[in-house]
Amino acid sequence: MCLAIPGKVLSDYEQGSMRMAKVQFGGIVREACLEYVPETKVGDYVLVHVGFAISRVDEEEAQRTYQLLEEMDQLTELEAPVVREMGERDDEEKVP
Amino acid sequence: MKYLDEYRSEEVTKKLVDELHRIQTRPWVIMEVCGGQTHSIVKHGIDYLLPKGVELVHGPGCPVCVTPLDMIDKAHAIARQSNVIFCSFGDMLRVPGSEGDLFTIKSQGGDVRVVYSPLDCLKIARANPDRQVVFFAIGFETTAPANAMLVWQARESQLKNVSVLVSHVLVPPALEAILQSPENRVQGFLGPGHVCAVMGYSEYEPISAKYRVPIVVSGFEPIDIIQGTLMTIRQLESGRAEVENQYSRVLNREGNQAAQKLVSSVFEVSDRNWRGVGTIPKSGYRLRSEFAAYDAEKLFDVQRIDTREPEICISGAILRGIKKPHDCPAFGSACDPQHPLGATMVSAEGACAAYYTYGRHLKQEDGCLVSISPGDAA
Repeated sequence: MCLAIPGKVLSDYEQGSMRMAKVQFGGIVREACLEYVPETKVGDYVLVHVGFAISRVDEEEAQRTYQLLEEMDQLTELEAPVVREMGERDDEEKVP
Repeated sequence: MKYLDEYRSEEVTKKLVDELHRIQTRPWVIMEVCGGQTHSIVKHGIDYLLPKGVELVHGPGCPVCVTPLDMIDKAHAIARQSNVIFCSFGDMLRVPGSEGDLFTIKSQGGDVRVVYSPLDCLKIARANPDRQVVFFAIGFETTAPANAMLVWQARESQLKNVSVLVSHVLVPPALEAILQSPENRVQGFLGPGHVCAVMGYSEYEPISAKYRVPIVVSGFEPIDIIQGTLMTIRQLESGRAEVENQYSRVLNREGNQAAQKLVSSVFEVSDRNWRGVGTIPKSGYRLRSEFAAYDAEKLFDVQRIDTREPEICISGAILRGIKKPHDCPAFGSACDPQHPLGATMVSAEGACAAYYTYGRHLKQEDGCLVSISPGDAA
């Protein structure tokens, strides 16, 4: 439950009053809130728990942790359905 | 972290394990606090690699497990209401209440939705303005910033149809409850890495000093856990009792202060009932009174529900490190992940569920795998 997954920040944008990002986890891209790691830049790696970045990690570390988690079948958190609002773009799920 | 292959290699593991064998002179009992660590230990058989005298016992750090049955029944009572969209993390769906689980309610026509992030509830609420969206806000300190942000944003955007059913628990009071028990066996802790990524670890220092117990904040990968164990044993063998940080690549002593600030704006510390353990003073969060309009317990008139746990279940003793899954006569027979009798079997991160998932309810006998009897694998 306290699992946190490292991913790469691909882009950032404002939503409501929050700074959000598209974050890539291996072959999956999902949204994450950056409000708790305000210093994060596009290209950085962040540790994401239930859609919130809680700390920053370096790239090699992110890659290594992801592989270990994948081997442990612990990525089911990312499989929860994507909730979209009207007009929101369908660019999550898979990286081309 | 730079030398990736070295860090992942068998060679590193072997060096750490050899060092453990070299320094350990007497038996020690160490508790890993977090359910994610328990899962990793059982999955990788880390406990089998350690010297015989180093025993790992499994702590209370699975929030799904320790959510009390009456709270689950409250969630189910709300989820059954026709005007409600009930949102939850996926882990909570299979947890049985007194009458079925959230999957059952969904199959009977209830609108139960799994969300990836608490913020998904805002989108669902905006898309369904004539319905009430209720989020089951469970978790330890790691999850509190996410749940707090949902409430904060609901107020900021003046959404009137979102509320949260809060069942939040905190790690340090649970460690104190374990240490204060006359039956306590735990001599050192592997601290919860991601809880401390949010909270830092300064609040563990007075506990370590008061009870003379080493606490080593650790990560979740096999080498993290073995290294954390080694650091704990080094302290025990040399008579030290300090807080150390094995997981320094992710966290520091202060933690995430932006997250802590929002959490304390939305939540306040309160007593909480832990499934299998009972009420622990000041061991959880509840909403601050200024957010009462978002409190599902107040909005929905769910009566206090009296529930009884099966008498055979020993999950309370397991959560406090006094017993292991194999000590239970129901483990793997009357109780399994499909038909859990108590806290430690209801979620994949519970000690009993992890033992079951990785085949520890079985043993080899005449070339066949058969169920183990209680006490067999002490």
